Amino acid sequence: MTLLDSAPVVQNLHPRSQARRRSLVVSLGVVAAIVVVGVIALGTGAIPVAPLDVVRTLLGNGSRITNYAVLDLRLPRALIAIAVGAALGMSGAVFQSLSRNPLGSPDIIGFNYGAATGGLLVILVVGGSPGTVSAGALMGGLATALLVYLLAWQRGVLGMRLVLTGIGVSAILQAVNFYLIVNAGVADVARATVWLTGSLNNLGWTQLWPVVIALVVLVPALLFGVRWLEMLEMGDEVAQGLGVPVEGARVYLLITGTAACAVATAAAGPIAFVALVAPQLAKRLIRSSGAGLLPAAWMGAFLVLAADFAAQRIGGALPVGVATGALGGVYLAWLLWRKS
Amino acid sequence: MSRGAGLVLGVVALGFVALLSLAVGSRSIPLSTLLDVLASRDGSDSAFVVWELRIPRTLIGIAAGAALGVAGALMQALTRNPLADPGLLGVNAGASAAAAMSISVLGLTDLRAFVWFAFAGAALAGTVLYVIAGRTGASPVRLALAGAAVSAALTGFTQAVILLDQNALDQMRFWTVGALERADLGTLTDVAPFLVVGLVLALLLARPLNVLSLGEEMGRSLGAHLGRTQLLTLIAVTLLAGAATAAVGPLVFVGLVAPHMVRVITGPDERWVVAYCAVFAPALLLLADVLGRVMAREEIDVGVVTALLGGPVFLILLRRNKAVRA
Repeated sequence: MTLLDSAPVVQNLHPRSQARRRSLVVSLGVVAAIVVVGVIALGTGAIPVAPLDVVRTLLGNGSRITNYAVLDLRLPRALIAIAVGAALGMSGAVFQSLSRNPLGSPDIIGFNYGAATGGLLVILVVGGSPGTVSAGALMGGLATALLVYLLAWQRGVLGMRLVLTGIGVSAILQAVNFYLIVNAGVADVARATVWLTGSLNNLGWTQLWPVVIALVVLVPALLFGVRWLEMLEMGDEVAQGLGVPVEGARVYLLITGTAACAVATAAAGPIAFVALVAPQLAKRLIRSSGAGLLPAAWMGAFLVLAADFAAQRIGGALPVGVATGALGGVYLAWLLWRKS
Repeated sequence: MSRGAGLVLGVVALGFVALLSLAVGSRSIPLSTLLDVLASRDGSDSAFVVWELRIPRTLIGIAAGAALGVAGALMQALTRNPLADPGLLGVNAGASAAAAMSISVLGLTDLRAFVWFAFAGAALAGTVLYVIAGRTGASPVRLALAGAAVSAALTGFTQAVILLDQNALDQMRFWTVGALERADLGTLTDVAPFLVVGLVLALLLARPLNVLSLGEEMGRSLGAHLGRTQLLTLIAVTLLAGAATAAVGPLVFVGLVAPHMVRVITGPDERWVVAYCAVFAPALLLLADVLGRVMAREEIDVGVVTALLGGPVFLILLRRNKAVRA
């Protein structure tokens, strides 16, 4: 701190471009990490493929067996992990910035539970195909977001009240989810429980395309909202003074942020804590106070990819949500350690 | 209405709800038959249902309700936070996660063995919460957020344990949402000593907590031992919430709603709040249990009902809370 204080002029000459450069460097570093973990993950399994062969296969020069193992079996799963993680990371960045609290992520304030309720209703009541389960999760997440927003409304919506209302609503939704599970057959229960923990098992190319299409729409929409987010972080009055339509901007960010979270949940079930941890890690690496949407997205992608690899290969085909749950525990412990 | 009369009224109400809990269910028993069966335990089906199923269930409901209500009152007094609840803030989830783990990993089956893990889990979650939230004086928002985070992590952990143990899926469900139907008299006698100690401790702590509610400075000058009171309160909460969770699973909102309800009559005096909670919270829990039996064709676990009823109360409290409204 003292160093910063003694040299304020130098620090403030190009603060924005400097933050941008750092953000770019960190993003590139995380992308490199994604590539490394991705190549290892693509090469590991019942049919082992050496890293160089993985790269060769990806470039279209693989043998029949490596084509099958890498391109047909493992690549879609890795790409879904990356897409889902990116969506969760961005969603978390938006919510933490909106609530001005590092704990204000969609997992904790209940949108995941709403998405889970929607998905469960479809699995247990309608008994639908994977496509309709995703649609149910999407509807559930958006409906919950709307409900939380309306309940938190009191001559405008405060970030804090939004978070607390989300906690209350999520407690109710958890009860509903359990009720739905309790009244289901045993086969459905096992399937629903795995889905509820967040799993990438048995996902292929057909499940990848909907996520990719959704992200193609959502990423520009989120990037469009980021400029408001940065101004809202300075406080409602300041933002208003800078010409931000405060409530409108919040609704817009809430909807796009929830949509990102719901897309991820629809694809892989509610994967815990990525939305909470990814933006924080990215922020700390960049050492900026801004929302940092894209770094958070890369960090989320890296976390889900690595967690899935760990859960699948080290834990013995565990759902990825178990690994990210452990990750969340570590993050909380770190918060605790930093405090004391 | 004087506070003494209110307490008597509460006992009467609890007795009424207890009778209701004995009579209502998938097999309804008319009041006259119920009284007959209670007077003489004949070999009829009704006698079996009442004595073997519903009396244990009702008694454990009363014990767990009292424990959670009083634990909630203590937590609200200790943190000076109107939103505190052992269920919502993750203390019950900690007890549940530790109990589920000890059952799944160590293969414990005896409640007297795994109740200690429940205590350890509750104590750990309570301490973590206390430190994350930055000791007393943390804003309601900060504490609730920290609690929700702890709770989410622990529930995820419990779910992972359950997933790894597919055979026990049905039995383990109990550790993610509370239920009274598994309870038997053995459960009650196993946890009773801990609950009694916890309740006595709570009654003894009421006066120091009253003094502390005036603020730490004022409390110290009036001779209160801040650290000792905080530590003993944490121990009481651990005993009450841990034992209740070991017996009936992690219930949310009972500890939140009961203290707020009784304060309408008692005012802020913790001595009365604790006494009232010990009577009104079990009545609430039993009522929720009875509702769960009649609401749908299949019985609904009491944990689901308390969340459905308590969630809206929490949302209303939020709207009234000045700290959140500001």
